[in-house]
Amino acid sequence: MTETTVASPGSPGGSPDKAPPPGGGHNGLGLARFRDLALVPAILVLIVVGALIEPAFLSADNLTNVLQQQTELSLLVLAEAIILIAGKFDLSLESTVGLAPALGVALVIPAASNGLGTDLPVALGVPICLLIGMLVGAFNALLILRFKLSAFIVTLGMLIVLRGLQIGFTGGQNLFALPESFLYLGNARWLGLPASVWICAVAYAAGIVTLGYFRHGRAVYAIGGNADAARAAGVRTDRVMWTVFVVAGLLAALAGLLMTGRLGSVAAAQGDGMIFTVFAAAVIGGISLDGGKGTLFGALCGVLVLGLINNILTLAGVSAQWIQAIYGGIILIALMLARLTTGKAQD
Amino acid sequence: MMSPSAIPAVEARNITKRFGATTALADAGIVIAEGETHALVGRNGAGKSTLVSILTGLQRPDTGEVRFAGQLAPPLADRDGWRRQVACVYQKSTIIPTLSVAENLFLNRQSAGGPINWRSLRSRANELLDQYGVAVDAGRMAGDLDVEQRQLLEIARALSFGARFIILDEPTAQLDGPAIERLFDRMRALREQGVTMMFISHHLEEVYRVCQSVTVFRDARHVLTSAVDDLPHDELVAAMTGEAAAGYQARARTTSTAAPTVLTAEKLTMAGRFQEVDLTVRAGEIVGIAGSGSSGKVGLAEALVGLRVPDSGTVTVNGTRTRPGDVASALRAGLGFVPQDRHKEGFVPLLSIGENATMPIAHKLGRFGAVSPSRRRARAEKMIEDLAIKTTGPAQPVQDLSGGNAQKVVMARALADDPTALVVIDPTAGVDVRAKQALLGAVEDAAERGAGAVLVSDELDDLRICDRVVVMFHGRIVKEVPRGWADAELVAVMEGVDAR
Ligand SMILES: Nc1ncnc2c1ncn2[C@@H]1O[C@H](COP(=O)(O)OP(=O)(O)OP(=O)(O)O)[C@@H](O)[C@H]1O
Ligand SMILES: [Mg+2]
Repeated sequence: MTETTVASPGSPGGSPDKAPPPGGGHNGLGLARFRDLALVPAILVLIVVGALIEPAFLSADNLTNVLQQQTELSLLVLAEAIILIAGKFDLSLESTVGLAPALGVALVIPAASNGLGTDLPVALGVPICLLIGMLVGAFNALLILRFKLSAFIVTLGMLIVLRGLQIGFTGGQNLFALPESFLYLGNARWLGLPASVWICAVAYAAGIVTLGYFRHGRAVYAIGGNADAARAAGVRTDRVMWTVFVVAGLLAALAGLLMTGRLGSVAAAQGDGMIFTVFAAAVIGGISLDGGKGTLFGALCGVLVLGLINNILTLAGVSAQWIQAIYGGIILIALMLARLTTGKAQD
Repeated sequence: MMSPSAIPAVEARNITKRFGATTALADAGIVIAEGETHALVGRNGAGKSTLVSILTGLQRPDTGEVRFAGQLAPPLADRDGWRRQVACVYQKSTIIPTLSVAENLFLNRQSAGGPINWRSLRSRANELLDQYGVAVDAGRMAGDLDVEQRQLLEIARALSFGARFIILDEPTAQLDGPAIERLFDRMRALREQGVTMMFISHHLEEVYRVCQSVTVFRDARHVLTSAVDDLPHDELVAAMTGEAAAGYQARARTTSTAAPTVLTAEKLTMAGRFQEVDLTVRAGEIVGIAGSGSSGKVGLAEALVGLRVPDSGTVTVNGTRTRPGDVASALRAGLGFVPQDRHKEGFVPLLSIGENATMPIAHKLGRFGAVSPSRRRARAEKMIEDLAIKTTGPAQPVQDLSGGNAQKVVMARALADDPTALVVIDPTAGVDVRAKQALLGAVEDAAERGAGAVLVSDELDDLRICDRVVVMFHGRIVKEVPRGWADAELVAVMEGVDAR
């Protein structure tokens, strides 16, 4: 991890507010590395706090649990972070989390169990689920890139439409009669850890390497920083953006699949309300809403911070009625702290 | 120089390009011979930058064709094909502020396939910067560079492609004297290696210094192409403007010593930029600040308006001490300013001319925070007329204006509130001969209305409208000269040759 952060000049540049005098300052990399690790102390503090509040916190079971619970959120944050770095937005990811598995399931289960009656081969369920995520991403890209609509409005509309579709064809019912293939990834354990944790780790590793070390990944930063300049340098900006949206849709569908497996059903409200947490984690992790800045490692740290807070609140026995308000309040405080420690305005 | 039968290195013929109602190019063209440095001149909005974007494959002409060495240009989608033919320093910055200098240099070619080796990328970048004499560390964020460094970076990048044809769209507009000399030295060296160049500038004397031939555009059309030696300065100006040339005559003005002071700086200090600067500007007076690029003059002016936070010292506008680094408080006290980097601080590109130009006076155009569109329109139309901004109307986004016309919008904004103190930095950067007169005239008008102005400029011609010029050297004011100075005298002090 340190390798990446040391070497990646794409992380937000360290500058004192104004340009240093000519000749002075070779601060770029030093501060960038520092910025990237800014959340690590916070994570350590949270772990200590957790251990003090409840000794069970440090048990392998609980920590594994924290990780597993965060896998879905972290995949969404990964997707959102890439889109944000490219200078766009996607609010509809949370609805894809519900719609993609719901449609995948409904197409393969019999009508008697709330299926659509198409009875497609069960083996197609999971591929369909992932494909739907990609199609949603492609449709977003079509509206935003081809028809030049505002990403904010388009994806806000999609958020509502996709959720509505899911409620429409399931009749607002949860889907319980899930084929085995939908349950596997959310439950399996590989080498002693939940499969979903491995999947997440691989997804992040792939993302960090691609965005840090490959031309096409760097193009994402270039587009977010100055799209015209990227185009002039020969970056096929539209193609990169299409890919970004489609990959994001795929990741959202994957997150939905993991959640489905973990919970053993597809709830009508699956994913509902996650997008605020997704943005919060990304911003706490140092991703700029203006595009072009931030690293995936930072975003991952943002997820971990939120996951630990959530877990500590639960272990501390905060009443279920209050947990939402407290969690939201803590996120706001975390945003303020992130602002202070990074010393730069969050735009 | 070349035999008439030789195939030209670059030719664009019968190019027409429309943007909605605007015709940017009407059946215009250019032919550039192998190995020459060819100037393209014309007033703001004549279509020069549009031709550049067509010659570099960023835009498709509505009609017409582009050829390199007789071969039809590659299709628009083949960016690499274009980049092998032509490299370009565009008028609008194409530096990505959130990436490092090294990555900007090697944007989209960070590695030859396979993962990027950042260490070697940085050392390659440092080598390249050394080679072109650019004193910038490749590890820095490009956004932290100043205007000049960013421009040098841009030039180094364009040259590094090894293309045999290079376009420079107003590269000198924001550089100071020594930097321009270095650029010209580089251009001459390239020419000796047989590189063909197209050079755009509003400084006609530069055209005479580095170019062999010149093409003039006027109102989207090709007017003439000639060897520079056969075209005297006056005829060139006449071709550009369509009327006989007349130099700008600075007006006579007398400032009484009894006039109230409108802008003072006391012991203003910012480490590494300027030290203990005292400056007093009276109503009705224009004070010039001259100095080389490292003299700190721009930093000083930016500190006066609150764009920079000085370490110590005070700024007083109309008797009110402004809070350091607080632009709004300076504006409230009656200050107007034209920043150096118009793209960064000058305007909001997507908003219309009307909105940009009336931003400081929005509160006066309506009540309770509402802005009356008709009054805004009226004000904006007046500004467009006063400064002769070439546009389809106040509703056009500033982004779509040509470079020089965007600069006029920035000036319009500075003047919108009838400021009593005015700070203008490089107001004529990228502005054509005639527009320059309009902009300098606007500053003089403001002085006649009783405003006090500070004018920072690299152009000796601009400084001629000043009642006195203070010269800075290494962050200190070393000399003050009254109106009527001689060029040589001023330049000597600026270069530190004569700092009596
Ligand atoms: N994208 C665009 N949309 C609409 N109008 C445009 C666009 N680009 C250029 N124009 C218009 O085309 C005309 C020519 O602009 P261009 O930028 O080529 O001028 P220029 O000769 O480079 O001027 P300057 O010396 O001020 O840079 C201007 O009237 C400008 O407003
Ligand atoms: Mg131009």
